[in-house]
Parts: sequence; structure tokens; C-alpha cells
Amino acid sequence: MTAVRPRRVRSQKPIDDLLLSEHQLEEMYSYMLLARRINERSLALNRQGRAPFVIAGVGQEAAQVGAAMSLRKGVDYLAPYYRDLGMNLVLGMSAREAMLNLLGKRDDPNSYGRQMPSHWGNSSRHIVTQSSVVTTQFLHAAGIALGAKMRKDPVVVMTCCGEGSTSKGDFHEALNFAAIHKLPVVFYVENNGYAISERTEKEMPLEHVADRARGYGIQSAVVDGMDAIAVYQNVRPAVDQARRGGGPFLIEAKCYRLWPHSSDDDDSRYRPKKELEEWARKDPLKLFRERVENDGIFPRADLDEIEEKTEAEIREATQWALMQPDPAPEDALGFVYKEA
Amino acid sequence: MAQASVIEAIRSTLDEELAADERMFILGEDVEAGGVFRATDGLAAKYPGRIIDSPLAESSIIGLSIGAAHYGMRPVAEIQFADFIHSGFDQLCSEASRWCYRTKGDAYLPMVVRTPWGGGVHGGQHHSQSIEAYYTHMPGLKVIAPAFPADYRSLLKAAIADPNPVLFLEHKRTYRMVRQELEGAPAESVIGRARVTRRGGDLAIFAYGLMLHESLAAAESLAGEGIECTVVDLLTLLPLDRETILEAAKATGKVLIVHEDTLTGGLGGEIAALIAEHAFEYLDAPIRRVAAPDIPAMPYHHAMESFFMPDAAKIAAAARELAAY
Repeated sequence: MTAVRPRRVRSQKPIDDLLLSEHQLEEMYSYMLLARRINERSLALNRQGRAPFVIAGVGQEAAQVGAAMSLRKGVDYLAPYYRDLGMNLVLGMSAREAMLNLLGKRDDPNSYGRQMPSHWGNSSRHIVTQSSVVTTQFLHAAGIALGAKMRKDPVVVMTCCGEGSTSKGDFHEALNFAAIHKLPVVFYVENNGYAISERTEKEMPLEHVADRARGYGIQSAVVDGMDAIAVYQNVRPAVDQARRGGGPFLIEAKCYRLWPHSSDDDDSRYRPKKELEEWARKDPLKLFRERVENDGIFPRADLDEIEEKTEAEIREATQWALMQPDPAPEDALGFVYKEA
Repeated sequence: MAQASVIEAIRSTLDEELAADERMFILGEDVEAGGVFRATDGLAAKYPGRIIDSPLAESSIIGLSIGAAHYGMRPVAEIQFADFIHSGFDQLCSEASRWCYRTKGDAYLPMVVRTPWGGGVHGGQHHSQSIEAYYTHMPGLKVIAPAFPADYRSLLKAAIADPNPVLFLEHKRTYRMVRQELEGAPAESVIGRARVTRRGGDLAIFAYGLMLHESLAAAESLAGEGIECTVVDLLTLLPLDRETILEAAKATGKVLIVHEDTLTGGLGGEIAALIAEHAFEYLDAPIRRVAAPDIPAMPYHHAMESFFMPDAAKIAAAARELAAY
């Protein structure tokens, strides 16, 4: 048992060249850890037969949390894709809500049991409802940005996808339109190496998705998506530039899907074990802990304390969510149209 | 007020709505120059920055409109020809139509997609299509297809005011074919309501768009032969006005459904099923359909085009047989 000791108040002042304060670094670790633990608990519930389907972002937590922390809550918009649990947590989703979503419960604020898990959406948090069709959200993001620009609102829109999605026409159409109209959009590609079983080389003949941006006249950058601090350091300036009217930006975060595509996928059919082991050594949570410990930003005990707090939060959220009401069968009806 | 054509009614309505609500804007191909049918003539100069030329990409036009509507704007998109809307099918049917449903009303899309449809203009396979059957199969969308200028005006206003995605079909053959006084026209049309445009006791004809005009012409000539037809202008194709359809079917006992779309899987099948299910005991004859033949596209040459399209003579022929049954 760890001894209870008073928590030090974290400074809000940016640390040297990190752009991030102690307070933000603690948040960053907490969100990444929460995302990881929710995904782990989700898979456990799936294997117990309590959750029919899980699609996770394990290995992408740094890419997601580092990027989403660059947004202004309640001002900016996020049009995420299904792995972006980490981003949703940053913008305000609680562990309880994540569990309601996993279980398709009546009160899941994303879709009230109407969509598969991890199909996000929450108007009050400016998270745009998404479907399973990949990359349609890129055009929605550009459309939101068009509206914001017409209204002269200082809004930035971030939209995300995996590298596999960049083969779809809507990806290219959105980049084209956003570039023509210099819209405030950050196109964020989480390149996790796989589109289900297809490796990147089956999706495109280029090494970097970011290279595609040049053809549309869009600035782009490649960032180490396993390093949350590096992600923030690259995404934040792109968000700021878009807000100042500098036009769209494409960022490719190189990360890795440490899990199979979904709870129904067997990745041993297509993924070399050795490759997985190599990437596991670069686990974003492990890297973050090592860095902040080695730099002496947080003592190990503080990080352990975050771990314990997160564990307790998930345990409580899971038990609570399992007790929540399911939708009634006839809840399938209604809300086909918005009443005037 | 002078009489207005369909295209004039659309243009003046867009103008009024742009003036009334600064959230409204128009997005489409060539709209800044007035559009290929001149529906947006003069609007770009009057409303700077709000008439936006899109790249030649229909999925963009609809997907961007979704985003803008979600943000609180009032986009009115134009797809230059209905035949080209299908690359935006995903955005309309996988996204727009489900936006409200899948968020249980947390999010919704006040957006309109206007598009010219239909044949009779020597447009061949890709400038003549009837597309309504694909989209009336998609709850969450509203699909409208008026016939008269005054209905274009009132239904376009209603579509813009509606908090849901509306597909607004404009029959291109009728753009300059019919003129009508916009003020003081028959009762203001509302989304979801059909209208009985002619009353007669022998049979009921159901039609929309250009075929409504052909049906009225057929009814007129049949009246000279002593056959009195009820003609129902469906106006809204989704959701259908079941009440008006069933009332007309019950009152006449004989039903003729007319559409320019091909027969199999066309909207006529749904109307026939509705009547068979709920008004079977009132029927005195089998339900008849007049529709285009089941070939993949409208042919270009005028002889084949005329063969393809139903018209007043074909409608009258079917109606005579039905009346004599």
C-alpha cells in the first residue's frame, strides 16, 4: 500500500522549451492512461461476453492526447474517427460515459445505443457525430470550417483518420476544398501501419501520407506519434496558424496499432510477431513515463498515484455502467426527423 | 404580380431567403456565374461571398453542406444535374439522413440539396435521370418534387426552413414550360402533403413533376370522352402523404400511378402496395402503372426518347382501359 501523501500543486507555467506546464503534463499522462485502461477493460468485458464489440486505440494514445490538447475546449471542433477515445477524453468524456458507450446503454451521450461503440459524437463538446464510413468526416470538418470562416468565428476544426482512409475520395476532396478556401482545418492522420490487414504499402506507394498534402498546396508535417510531447509541440503551432487564417495543415503522426483491428480480428494471420514486439518497446505510455521520470519532472510515486486513481475510476465507472438501463426495444423508433 | 416560370420562382425564392437569413448560402458548380439553368442569376453580385462555386465534386458539395449545417449555417446546395448526385450518395444516405437519428436529435442538419431531374430535353442517359427511387428509400431525408411554380416557391421556402436534409427535385423540362401567378395560387403547399389538383369520380391518377402536367392534359382530353379523373399531385415523395393517397383511391375505386422513372423498383410500387394494403376493399379494378420501360437509361435520339417517356396519350390510353374495366 502506498502511503498517502499530500499532492504537490502543479505549476501552470510552461517548462522551458516543452511548451507544456507540469499541470498539462500530468493531464497528458492521465488521459493517455485512462484511454489505455478503458480499452483494456473493454476487451475484458468483451471476452466475458458483456460487450459485443471493441475497437480500440491502443498504441495511439500519445498521438491522440497530444493532438487534442492543442484544441480549445468548447470553441474548436473535432471530427474524430473510431479509434479516437483519447481525444474524446481530453474534450470532456468521462470514464462512465465511455463505458455507457461500450455497452450501448440507453444514456450513452454519443448515440444512445444506436451506433456501434466508439462512434463518437457530442454537440455540447463540439465533437461531430461519425459513422463507420471512413473519411466522410473530412468533408464535414471542411464544411464546419467554411461556416466558421464565413461567420468570422475564431474556430479551428481538427479531423482525424487512419492512413488507410486516405485512399478514399473524400480525403482528397476535403484537402482540395480546404486549400482553395484557406479554411481553418487541421487534417490529422494517425498512421498506425495497418488498414485491418493491409500494410501501408498496399494503400499508397509513398512512405508518408504527409507527402500527399503538397499536391493540394497544403503544408504538412510528420511527427513521432508515440511521443505525446512531440505531438503537442507540432500540432499546437499548426492549430494556432490555422486560427490566425493561415489555412489548413496536414499532420501525420507515425504510431502503431498494438492491438488487432477489433475484438473480432485475429492479427496473427497477417502481422509478424517480431514487428509487434519491436513497436511494443516504444509503447507511448512507457516512453512518457521514462521521459518525465528521467527529466525529473515527476517523481515515480506521483505517476504511480495517477495509475491507482485511474484504476479506481475505471472500476467504479464499469460497475456503474453495467447497472445502467438498456434501451427499450421500441427506443429504435423516433428521432428520424428533427421536429421544427 | 406578373406570372412566373418555375425557374423564376426558384430564383426569386432563393433571393428572398438569402435576404432574410444571413446564415444561408449557396454552394454548387457554376453558381457564381448563375448556374447552367440560371437559377442563381444575379445572386453572386447581390450576396458577396455567399454564392460559392464548388470544385467539380458532388461528394464535396453534399459533405461540406453537412458540416456547414451542423455548424448552424443554412446551406442550399445545387447539384448541376441529378444524374451526377450519386457520387454524393454516401454523404446523403450514410451521413445526412442519419445525423438526427444516430444522435437522437442531439445534432441535426438544416440543409437543402436542389437538383434538376427528368427527361424530355434530349439529355441522353446522364442528363435525364429520375433519381427519386434511390433516395425515397432513405428515411431521414425528405424528398420533394413539385410541378407548378407556386409550389416550387412555397416548398423551397419550407425546405430551407426545415431542420432536416431535404432533396429538392426540379424537373428541368418544366423550368420554362409553365407559368403561374405566385401570389394567390391554390392553398400554400407544405412538406408531407399531396394535393388533389382535379376531381373526378371515375379514377384517380397519381403523379409528380412533368408527369403531373401530362396527367392533367390526359384528364382534360378524357373529360371530353366522359371519363372524369381525379389527379393527385404528390409533391412530397418522402414522407408520402398516405392520407390523401388513400382517400383518393377509396373515393374512385380505380388507381393509375404515373412516373417517368423506370417501372421496377419505382415509387409506383410503394404507392400501389400502400393502396393494396389499406384500401383493397374499395378497389374495383387492378392498380395500373404507367412508367418508363425497364432499360438502364433514357436514350438520346428523340424517337427513342419519346418512346421511353410516358406522356398524355399513353396515360389516357391506360386510363381508358381502367375506366372500362
